[in-house]
Amino acid sequence: MASTVTQGRGAIRRRALGARAAFLGPGLLYVTAFMTIPLLLVLSYAFLTRGRFGGVELPVTLENFARALDPIYLRVLWNSILISSITTLLALLIGYPTAYAITRLPARWRTVALVLVVLPFWTNFLIRTYAWIVLLNSEGPVNKTLVNLGLIDSPLELLYTRGAVIVGLLYAYLPLMILPIYASVERLDRSLLEAATNLGASKFRAFFDVTLPLTLPGTMIGAIFVFVPSLGNFIVPELLGGGKTVMIGNLIRDQFLKARDWPFGAVLALIMVLFLAGLFAAQAAVARRINGRSARA
Amino acid sequence: MRNIGWLRLPLLVTYVFLYVPLVVVVVMSFNGSKQPFSWGGFSTKWYGVLFEDTAVRQGLINTLIVAVGATVIATALGTLLAIGLSRFTRSALLEAYSLTPAIIPDLALAIGLLVLFSAIGMTLGLHSVLLAHVVFGMAFVAAVVTARLGQNDPSLEEASGDLGANAMTTFFKITVPTLLPAIVAGALLVFTLSLDEFVIAFFTDGPATPTLPIVIYSMVRFGVTPEINALAALLLLVSFTVVIAAQRITKLTDAV
Repeated sequence: MASTVTQGRGAIRRRALGARAAFLGPGLLYVTAFMTIPLLLVLSYAFLTRGRFGGVELPVTLENFARALDPIYLRVLWNSILISSITTLLALLIGYPTAYAITRLPARWRTVALVLVVLPFWTNFLIRTYAWIVLLNSEGPVNKTLVNLGLIDSPLELLYTRGAVIVGLLYAYLPLMILPIYASVERLDRSLLEAATNLGASKFRAFFDVTLPLTLPGTMIGAIFVFVPSLGNFIVPELLGGGKTVMIGNLIRDQFLKARDWPFGAVLALIMVLFLAGLFAAQAAVARRINGRSARA
Repeated sequence: MRNIGWLRLPLLVTYVFLYVPLVVVVVMSFNGSKQPFSWGGFSTKWYGVLFEDTAVRQGLINTLIVAVGATVIATALGTLLAIGLSRFTRSALLEAYSLTPAIIPDLALAIGLLVLFSAIGMTLGLHSVLLAHVVFGMAFVAAVVTARLGQNDPSLEEASGDLGANAMTTFFKITVPTLLPAIVAGALLVFTLSLDEFVIAFFTDGPATPTLPIVIYSMVRFGVTPEINALAALLLLVSFTVVIAAQRITKLTDAV
């Protein structure tokens, strides 16, 4: 009797293992084959020598890393971080009040307002960037309006500037800032705000002492959602920066598709990914601290 | 409610910023003049030119092949993965690992796949773009379905088992139907993402079979033309229709 029970259990466990492998196996294998192995290959290429006909060769070397420290490349990296940071800051300044305003709308308007925020985001990225080539053109509507209003005498050089790149990135990723902030303001416990005002805090004070700190994790997620794709973007700098504004994405693209220096491209990609991983870690650490504090309170 | 007045300002700024560029392009697509910036009267002739453009048409066909293929495979793999993650393991690490392709920078994934395909000597074409799109597509489906599984009641599946249904029957009669709204939502998401995806396709596609985003890229690099305006207006119409339809569908299924 006892032995049949254990046999039965063994069969169930074997079947459970089989089911587990059937459900998890294909997906995990796919991710490993088409994400993990490719990324490990890129990592290993960073330590190899550029091949004569593209590709890579032995010997193992650290020369590619030394090359990345050249002031030319450091300037590109710094430029990319600066442009992405300004974009993120502007997205925050526009996105936070927008997200906050949407939470204060009557319930049935909230969905409409949110759909209107994400709608442009579901449009082809190249088309959205193209719209700004049209808008900022020397003969385009912005310049025409300014001339007609008599604010300027001759068209301004708006396109192919750093400002155009920032506007293009802001346009592309603003919805990614608004959505997580909206979610965190929406989730906010309103009774905390009431408590603050009941205890004599002004609305202003309540906002800065209660709302802002408690929505900081969502705000940081929004900031990361804007910063990360901005940093690696090579389309907007090319189309709106006209090749004058080079970002790290352009550099990586060129190493892989034009210069055919894959090891150096791998090093640049590695720097970008490590930088972004650092940001994620910082966000997680701050979120943990805030959650810990509000749980204790 | 009282302070909604000054809150209208950020909403106005955001919506003007988001929609004015799109409206300008749509209006300009009806410009009869060949000079993109001088108005030559209302005309739909650029739409005619666009429909005659074989490069655009072929690009669209290529994109649809990739998007349909990637959606089918990614939806199947992602759904299995989501069920596996929530029913057979509680490992947060495995879950994070499975969802990584959705958050990793597209450029990193793009160069990784280019390196992989060249290391194994695979020729590049629509098949390699499809393989690449399945990676992130699967992660998005898994994320959407996992979220739904979290709300599902596992006792339904247990009851089915107790009543004598085998695992296969339970899966197809209980698990899949209850997950269907999430699976459809995930599939729609993958399809839309794949249709628009440029960076990964740019790195993993062969020169003979450009997808529509690659065709658009080679067009917009040469500046403003009325034909691109018409294409842009059409794509806007398509994506707006899809998003609003998806919104309606999810609302309907939520209500059921």
